[in-house]
Amino acid sequence: MDQMAEPRMAHPLVPRVAHVRRRWRDGPDVWTLEIEDGAGSGFMPGQFNMLTVFGVGEVPISLSGDPADGNRIRHTVRAVGPVTRALARLRPGDPLGLRGPFGTGWPTDALDGRDVVIVAGGLGLAPLRPAILQLLARRDRIGRLTLVYGARSPDQILFARQQDRWGRRSDIEVAVTVDHATSPWRGYVGVVTTLIPRAVSDPANTVALVCGPEIMMRFAAAALTDAGLPETAIHLSMERNMKCAVGLCGHCQFGADFLCRDGPVFRLDRIARRLALREI
Amino acid sequence: MEPEDRVIVAIAGLNALIGALDRDGYRVLGPTVRDGVIACGDISGVDELPAGWSDEQDGGRYRLTRSGAETIFGFTSGAQAWKRFLHPPRQRLWRATRDGDRVRVHAEPAPDERFAFIGVRACDLHAIAIQDRVLTEGAYPDPFYTARRKELFIVAVNCARAGGTCFCTSMGTGPAATSGFDIALTELPGEGGSSFVAQAGSPRGAALLRDVADRPATAEECAAAEAIVARTAASMGRAMPDHDLRALLLDNPDHPRWDDVADRCLTCGNCTMVCPTCFCTTTEDSADLSGTESTRTQRWESCFTMDFSYIHGGSVRASSRARYRQWMTHKLATWIDQFGTSGCVGCGRCITWCPVGIDITEEVAAIAQG
Repeated sequence: MDQMAEPRMAHPLVPRVAHVRRRWRDGPDVWTLEIEDGAGSGFMPGQFNMLTVFGVGEVPISLSGDPADGNRIRHTVRAVGPVTRALARLRPGDPLGLRGPFGTGWPTDALDGRDVVIVAGGLGLAPLRPAILQLLARRDRIGRLTLVYGARSPDQILFARQQDRWGRRSDIEVAVTVDHATSPWRGYVGVVTTLIPRAVSDPANTVALVCGPEIMMRFAAAALTDAGLPETAIHLSMERNMKCAVGLCGHCQFGADFLCRDGPVFRLDRIARRLALREI
Repeated sequence: MEPEDRVIVAIAGLNALIGALDRDGYRVLGPTVRDGVIACGDISGVDELPAGWSDEQDGGRYRLTRSGAETIFGFTSGAQAWKRFLHPPRQRLWRATRDGDRVRVHAEPAPDERFAFIGVRACDLHAIAIQDRVLTEGAYPDPFYTARRKELFIVAVNCARAGGTCFCTSMGTGPAATSGFDIALTELPGEGGSSFVAQAGSPRGAALLRDVADRPATAEECAAAEAIVARTAASMGRAMPDHDLRALLLDNPDHPRWDDVADRCLTCGNCTMVCPTCFCTTTEDSADLSGTESTRTQRWESCFTMDFSYIHGGSVRASSRARYRQWMTHKLATWIDQFGTSGCVGCGRCITWCPVGIDITEEVAAIAQG
């Protein structure tokens, strides 16, 4: 540990140094980094890390890999800003700064015996991927498992090959829809919420995990409650600007909650009122 | 504190107190006249305190005035809160150096400065206590704030006058200093200059007071000191409406008054800079030209900027209506959920230093009217 040689006190805003092992493209402008995090201590599906490109800046990025992979972690980023573009340019062996994991996770340990509906939009599948992998690893403990996924267009489908593999399995149902179809597409066209009713067969015994753009989550929450799920069975991962990830900087407030500490995963009954407000 | 614990400290005694703190290794800070305002600065003696100065404050207005008396603490809240020392506007967090593929992160060492604040008012004592909760009592305390706070010595001063924008009485935060100080003073004007009725609030304060006090205070002097504070309490410039503010604001996210205030608010963020409890920060990274060294610096940030709520694609709170609502609802309502206390101490700085004179008490009153 390089930085442990320095005299220091444990400041929660100081990153540890980790290194990129591999990097690959997962869609237009979307890259996944596999990182060797020697000081990692495991994570819960749904949690995030703060990633620093030295000299550029720091961003919150959810963990997208398998929690069973130990210190070999994955992050999937869309290169849209200065820091995410610099992250996407990192090569194997390059150093980066890491803090975390932070935040609440998906309630994957409380799903025994329940049907699980996973609703994801766009890059929102990234923080749900660890939950899916964990549930598949102990598949016999839950009931029906369905992934409902929406992307803007077929070429923007995240983890497309893995979704295909999941689609061929008999223990997970995968339904994918796109907003705009291009020529070879033979799947669904339309918003993701239209696929929700058929994913729910026993609403009283179903739990939903939802992540995507806020507007999509608002409509997904409505479709799930229309399908008969109680608000207490719907979990959403919210997004706000984050700087410190430890409840000190104030940026990620969502009503009284600090997203970094009290979220990002919330049960709908806790946030339903706020979710309906604009610019909150 | 019983009256018999109170002592009289003369001007010379206050000077001796400042000297003793200085010799003990404290950086002594107090109110000084600078740039046309009362500002906190380094002081080495009682001569540097703003004797004879007072101020006039109103919405969007601050004027230093000559008080016509020689009292030292005859002014009210200045633009600066003490947070600029405990939770400074800029603070380096770490530096990273690169040697080939090897990067080392050098954490900024914890500050070893010991501050002594002279002249902290009751509102600001409460503000410090609130920032203590925010920055030291969570799962991840701010170690820099914690280090500075642990060493802090506070000489409080009870207000002899209420400013035009003060409303501490209605917030239950003043004007009397009741806790959170090492020594508290009440200034008694006198023919031959002021003297102070002093009380200790800590063993450190008691030890220092023993060295600088002239004599025990008489019952008359104690009564005079209490009368001064009572008079201040009765002459507040403003009052926060007596409502359950948390319920009021959480129940009214769509009140038309938010549109009204948004028409006036410039979203300049002055209110958040002068507020003694606003704690939000952001970070800036910089790199040297060779790319071998980079630095992350924390700095104050305001919820009135567009950057504050920016996520890919735009700001969550793009309208000034949403940003003002966030600031005021946080300050008066959600702060209570987060930290068990209001975020407002009634110091009035946000009113005085608002360039268009928006008055938080008036905005609350308008929403409370329905």
